[in-house]
Amino acid sequence: MAHIQLPESLPGIRGPMVFSPETTKPLCDLVQVLLTGPHSLTPAEREMIATYVSSQNDCLYCQSCHGSTAAQHLGGSDAHYDLIADMKRNYEATAISSKMKALLAIAGKVQKGGKHVTGDDVARARREGATDKEIHDTVLIAAAFCMFNRYVDGLATWQPTDPEIYREIGMLTAQLGYVGRDYKKPLKAIAAKPDKVEV
Amino acid sequence: MAHIQLPEGIPGILGPMAFSPETAKPLNALAEVLLRGPNSLSAADREMIATYVSSQNDCYFCQHAHGAVAAYRLNGNERLVQNVKENFEVAAISEKLKALLTIAGKVQQGGKQVTSDDIARARQQGATDKEMHDTVLIAAAFCMYNRYVDGLATWAPTDADLYRENGRRLADEGYVQSTAHLPAAQKECA
Repeated sequence: MAHIQLPESLPGIRGPMVFSPETTKPLCDLVQVLLTGPHSLTPAEREMIATYVSSQNDCLYCQSCHGSTAAQHLGGSDAHYDLIADMKRNYEATAISSKMKALLAIAGKVQKGGKHVTGDDVARARREGATDKEIHDTVLIAAAFCMFNRYVDGLATWQPTDPEIYREIGMLTAQLGYVGRDYKKPLKAIAAKPDKVEV
Repeated sequence: MAHIQLPEGIPGILGPMAFSPETAKPLNALAEVLLRGPNSLSAADREMIATYVSSQNDCYFCQHAHGAVAAYRLNGNERLVQNVKENFEVAAISEKLKALLTIAGKVQQGGKQVTSDDIARARQQGATDKEMHDTVLIAAAFCMYNRYVDGLATWAPTDADLYRENGRRLADEGYVQSTAHLPAAQKECA
């Protein structure tokens, strides 16, 4: 049960988002500019950074949503979902670019605390071709998910375990982005199994 | 030296905000609604939560910037801000704020650290659901701002007068107009 009275049947961050629309607007605007839109890092790459940090923070809801969104951006096959799972476990051993590995190393340091990022971490990213903007955005994406993860877990929100729910969320987010959405609208995968809903 | 090329002479978060105006906009809008929007918690109490979390994250710039706003809103009572950072349980603040700071401290360690007992204590002291929601989100947001500031190795001035002046401006003018306090900061650097 969540720590405060949240709207029912809404998983993860959706409960507090509907509870507090005035804070939801800047939160959605932030994640929209960080993860969608034109950028030298693809949406899949930026969603991967969000997923990795959420996984390091042990936030089930965020790592599942953003992992699914990353997989959908890549094409949505089982192999893409497997790549995301492998990336969370040990990104150094996956087939992602060396630049992405260097950026994930920075993101992992930010997750532990800002001061953990070293000159060597930044030099490695630069050697692999990362720009100042890419390094800046990696730090801010990682920092932002240290916020989102704490928001979701700090209120003890309902975090379903059914992968179908996250597949639907990933498909919707990859198509629609984060702003201008109706987060009160029930997800089909949840409406189909009302007995599994917790509040 | 900062990890990336930031505009020179601009302290703390203001460097990366000038570097990246498209992300600065929602970051400032979030701080504005959390710390200055209409709320049953006073602006001083909310700045105190931000200051405490920034202090637990060892972020020099943020704890001094927001500590100065809190002190300004408390008629210059810098001692109280210092006492809250050192040990809020014995500071001269309300029992409700102590319970909320406990929740904020747990959020700083990780969202899952917040227990039902922490929530029950805050509720016993009269905290509402909205106040607990906002406490969790302020604490979470400062876990972001602090990492943004330190993760890029930004420059933090140590002149207490600069933070006092900055605190007065932030309290009076707000966060959305954050460029308003750039000239004073640049003066110190030059």
